[in-house]
Amino acid sequence: MFRVAFFIIFICSTAWAVEPDEVLSNVEYEARARAISKDLRCLVCRNENIDSSNAGIAKDLRILVRERIQKGDSNDQVIDFIIDRYGEYVLLNPKISFENLILWLSGPFFLIICGIIGWRYTRQRNKESPKSLNEKEKKRLDEILND
Amino acid sequence: MIAELGHLSVIIAFMVAIVQSVIPMIGASKGYVGWMDAARPAAIIQFLAIFFAFIMLTVSFIISDFSVKLVASNSHSLKPMLYKVSGVWGNHEGSMLLWILILAFYGALVAVFGNRLPIILKARVLSVQAMIGVAFIAFLLFTSNPFERLSFPPFDGKDLNPLLQDPGLAFHPPFLYFGYVGLSMTFSFAIAALIQGSVDAAWARWVRPWALLAWITLTIGIALGSWWAYYELGWGGWWFWDPVENASFMPWLIAVALLHSAIVVEKREALKSWTVLLAILGFSFSLIGTFIVRSGVITSVHAFANDPERGVFILLILIIAIGGGLTLYAFRASSLRSGAIFSPVSREGGLILNNLLLVVSTIVVFVGTIWPLVAELVLGRKLSVGAPFFEIAFTPFMVILAISLPLGAILPWKRAQIKRAGSPLIGALSLSLALGLLIWSLQTGGRILAPIGLALSAWVILGTLTDLIVRCRMLENGFFAGIRRLIKLTRADWGKAFAHIGLGLTIFGISAITAWETEDIRVAKIGETFEMSGYTFIFDDVTKVNGKNYSSDMGTISAYEGKKLVAKLKPEKRFYPVQRMPTTEAGINSTFKRDLYVALGDFQNDGWTIRTYVKPFAVWIWIGCLVMAFGGLMSMTDRRLRFASTNKIRRKI
Repeated sequence: MFRVAFFIIFICSTAWAVEPDEVLSNVEYEARARAISKDLRCLVCRNENIDSSNAGIAKDLRILVRERIQKGDSNDQVIDFIIDRYGEYVLLNPKISFENLILWLSGPFFLIICGIIGWRYTRQRNKESPKSLNEKEKKRLDEILND
Repeated sequence: MIAELGHLSVIIAFMVAIVQSVIPMIGASKGYVGWMDAARPAAIIQFLAIFFAFIMLTVSFIISDFSVKLVASNSHSLKPMLYKVSGVWGNHEGSMLLWILILAFYGALVAVFGNRLPIILKARVLSVQAMIGVAFIAFLLFTSNPFERLSFPPFDGKDLNPLLQDPGLAFHPPFLYFGYVGLSMTFSFAIAALIQGSVDAAWARWVRPWALLAWITLTIGIALGSWWAYYELGWGGWWFWDPVENASFMPWLIAVALLHSAIVVEKREALKSWTVLLAILGFSFSLIGTFIVRSGVITSVHAFANDPERGVFILLILIIAIGGGLTLYAFRASSLRSGAIFSPVSREGGLILNNLLLVVSTIVVFVGTIWPLVAELVLGRKLSVGAPFFEIAFTPFMVILAISLPLGAILPWKRAQIKRAGSPLIGALSLSLALGLLIWSLQTGGRILAPIGLALSAWVILGTLTDLIVRCRMLENGFFAGIRRLIKLTRADWGKAFAHIGLGLTIFGISAITAWETEDIRVAKIGETFEMSGYTFIFDDVTKVNGKNYSSDMGTISAYEGKKLVAKLKPEKRFYPVQRMPTTEAGINSTFKRDLYVALGDFQNDGWTIRTYVKPFAVWIWIGCLVMAFGGLMSMTDRRLRFASTNKIRRKI
């Protein structure tokens, strides 16, 4: 029932995301607004972007994003504007900062470390010269051959 | 009375589990056969007792006994019978009882069908399994008693969250739990192996069916949940990278790694200690998942701090199980010597790469999931980690995995030359690249994701087919001789082919839906016609429909392809009065080529809000999952894994 907890809080998402009256007539602006919306989180929902949330605040944010775009802001300016007001909590994709380095680098870091270990393991394995069989191994070999 | 019988039954199971966790373990180390034999009846009695308790709780739900607190807060007399039953696990207490039921069920399975297991190993496995049982039954009894009574029973219940009143979600938790808890079995085997200090091919053979069963059910459970989100949430999202989803995805990834490394142990007696470590990690992630979801810690650190009882209890179980398992591992792993020699370029090498990528991607998901928590506790910063992060950080590993899959799968064991072993794949490689280029040139201004994703899926599928053709020497021996050989391939080989093709299909579905989905949002009046992606939609009408415990506005939208009517879509907007909650039921028409997806919104300014999506090849995401699960099933029924055929190996231990 792992989703239960999820959706008791996920109530926000039962119906509406972007509504027809919000959509900008300028196609390019609208596309930008949609892209930006997908990276911003609805503040009262759980793990939902404002593009698909139907909470009131998400609607406000969507309209705000569109207003800023119409005023000529670039995508980054729009996002900075919203972070100024709501904090970095709104970002679904945290900015790369010193503290967030662990988040971003853990994948590559472990890939390299585990890669080196794996590589050395197989190399070492390969170099070990096969010794002559001991008693147990001889017995096992017989078993296999007689199967 | 019914609830009290259930409660008593859980207490009996608790006692039995304590006995089962101690007696056989002592018996195994002292060599007392009688003590070891106690494990079998104990495991069976423990299961029967829990099963009885579960039935009692289910009966309480079916007869709507609102004097039981759990029934009163999660059920309603008008609710359809299916959801009365699924309501049993649609809440914290009941779902924990289900968790324990499945745990005991696995133990009983080993007790009943594990006749061929060496008696010492079996005693230890069942003992470890019972220790987990003791911990979770204690959790249930002391913090989450499902049988609690109310002194003043209400007139009617509060109903189950309407979002959960859905066939897809009714069966999602049992499957998921079978998977989660199935990993407890491989964990128990790993701990037993560490205690006895030896792992061999036979051990891997005994573990593999359990790992497979866990993986198959996890796959189906995750697919069901994703499919449910797709049609229920109203815009066709199928994966959200939500913490609870990640909680089920991490054990899945580790289970995949475990399945593959167990093959190396079985065939080549290498990677022993690594496989044992994976078995421990797999269940650890199940426990972490349980902790994340059950403690509410991810939603809010403060919610956790205010009501820490349950969270702390699970945290304790988690620390003892993971800490204990890893400590034992640290002391005993060196005794698990592997003898086999192989070159980095070999099937073994390929499987190591597979394990490497899966484990690292699991780490990425794990770090991403707990990072907001760590940042808040350690750095005092409130931040979010959501889908955009995971898409960037996780996907590359899966891309490398898919690229290396066909090559790794075709390499011979021990020592290989890429040129010679890989040459049959040149055809598959060039075809997939050509397909990617073709799509890239056809789509103007589309996302680069489509050509890459489709080339990858073609590469995985064609590469797997090539592997089959090479295996049966179709080119040397002619078509019919090849077919005869193909039929004779072992089920494990077929399972491998199906599972890999399933992965390819899922990649295909994901790429297609992500790159080519089209969307239309509008306020439509009755009778309005609109066009989109080659389809014409006519908004026919909206009618009031009443369900058993809800009222609904049901729209009818006809979809035409040219002049031909292809679908009558019936999206619904439901309202559940008891919980005062609206839900959406999308109207979906699925074919192998595309889904037409319509959701109905609010009535405003003499029209209805309607969102329409054309989602190309959407259904392949889930078909791929089913094909993967089917591959697992084939592999599980392979003759080598049947207990009957382990006779010869038994002598060795």
